[in-house]
Amino acid sequence: MERRPQTRIQALAERSFHGAALACAALVLLLMVAILLELVHRSGLTLGKFGWKFLSSAAWNPVTGDFGAASSIYGTVVSTIIALVIAIPLAIVIALFLVEVAHPRISRPVGYAIELLAAIPSIIYGMWGLFVLAPVLSEHVQPFLGKLFGKIPLFTGPPMGIGMLTAGLVLALMVLPFITAVVRDIFALVPAVLKEAGYGMGATTWEVARKVTMRHGMRGMVGGIFLGLGRAIGETMAVTFVIGNDHRIAASLFASGNTISSTLANEFTEASDPAYLSALVELGLILFVITLLIQVGVQLWLKHLKLRLGAEL
Amino acid sequence: MIVKAVSAIAAGIGLAALAWILVVVLGHGAAALNWEFFTAMPSPPGGTGGGLANAIVGTLLMTLLACVIGVPVGILTGVYLAEFGKGNRFATAVRFLVNVMMGIPSIIIGLFVYTILVVPAGHFSGWAGGVALALLIVPVVARTTEDMLALVPNPLRESALALGVPHWRSTLQIVFRAAKTGLLTGILLAVARVSGETAPLLFTALNSPYMPRSLSGPTGNLTVTIYNYAMSPYPNWQQTAWGASFLITIGVLALTIVSRALVREKVR
Repeated sequence: MERRPQTRIQALAERSFHGAALACAALVLLLMVAILLELVHRSGLTLGKFGWKFLSSAAWNPVTGDFGAASSIYGTVVSTIIALVIAIPLAIVIALFLVEVAHPRISRPVGYAIELLAAIPSIIYGMWGLFVLAPVLSEHVQPFLGKLFGKIPLFTGPPMGIGMLTAGLVLALMVLPFITAVVRDIFALVPAVLKEAGYGMGATTWEVARKVTMRHGMRGMVGGIFLGLGRAIGETMAVTFVIGNDHRIAASLFASGNTISSTLANEFTEASDPAYLSALVELGLILFVITLLIQVGVQLWLKHLKLRLGAEL
Repeated sequence: MIVKAVSAIAAGIGLAALAWILVVVLGHGAAALNWEFFTAMPSPPGGTGGGLANAIVGTLLMTLLACVIGVPVGILTGVYLAEFGKGNRFATAVRFLVNVMMGIPSIIIGLFVYTILVVPAGHFSGWAGGVALALLIVPVVARTTEDMLALVPNPLRESALALGVPHWRSTLQIVFRAAKTGLLTGILLAVARVSGETAPLLFTALNSPYMPRSLSGPTGNLTVTIYNYAMSPYPNWQQTAWGASFLITIGVLALTIVSRALVREKVR
């Protein structure tokens, strides 16, 4: 049967709308592949020259063209560990407060305010960290820690204010809202009847929290923690402001250091030499692969648990 | 009792941190703001006065460009996932990657755009900056669009189709209308996220002390200006950095709060 012109136009419109939507969806897929290929391509020079040794070498000498990622990787790992060590317990206890302890009339605005911490841009954390937090740390907190734990190498050296510890603290504050939001949602999902059974047995709030709520939500909490981990590892501006940007591996947390992202932010526009540029892109490639693995892991884990978390952040 | 006290203290620490940051930024920032800040061009280091008219215009232009590119792509991706891709493998993969893409550090996006736009062109440009921001908008808008379209009840689609309305029109005129507030929320949230970003602009738009005449050269913007000025040893530049921080913080928080209020209204 001959189609009327109008239906042909309709069919064309239908097909182009479907096609446009499909093209945009495909674009997302292509982008991820393109990012990986571009980063590999542009770091070819150092990939070929140093191979796997790039990961373990602590050298960073733009003049002689000798590069290694060890100090950047070390700084990324250490600052992330400090952030998580502080943020995880704090987030869990805040989530307990929001779900178990506080009246909804209090927990709603408090939860909202904690979530607002996630909306503050990274560079604002940097300004605050550099001009406000760092002086407080160097004048009060670091001398105090040095006096208390001075025998441990972690807390030795001049209290400069900027360095690994400050970066870790600022990062802790930045990932706190993400972990809190996830843990709070998970605690809220624990069936009330389980908790009531606990209280019925004469358990205290803490016993119910520890043995019922937290145990029931353990697997979801792991997902939330890795979500925070992914954030902390790639955080750039705040860390660049306060870490000191120094290519070195020091035992002391008071010492300055660098992370992968802070090195990129700090040195990329100065790098004119092709090998220098290639080394920086390779740092980016390492960061991309690490965060990709973490994200893929977290998403698979959450999918496995049938959870959809952190949607509002 | 101890649990209650400890948990309340923890929540107090979170609140205190937020209050501390806001008080510092708003306090220092308000002192740096005046009429000149919005209308004048940057002053030389060590000088007095001057403003950031160029950076304000640059930030607005690049954010607008990012929306023009990123919002349609994000919405169409969300439409594909919610309307066409139910249960097919390709859509599952894209949905997964949208979530993954939201977690990719923004500095990597900047690096990528540097390699595909800045290197071939041979110079930094506002176009590249806008594209980098657009790539950050896409996953946020795609995900909220999919979520919001999924909330639209199916009978609405079915009754449109039963009346002989083609799928594309039912999506654009009926489903979109039902999900209007939700879509707007996603866009506002994405703009809020992007307008405070610094890292993706560092290697793309760079910065410039001149009023942007076009986006084809290095383009001044507020966030990179904050970074450059804060790291400088000049008190007047640091003061200006606080003023710019004030503007960015107020802008981002306002967008975030408005978009959340819209969601709450929607849920109610």
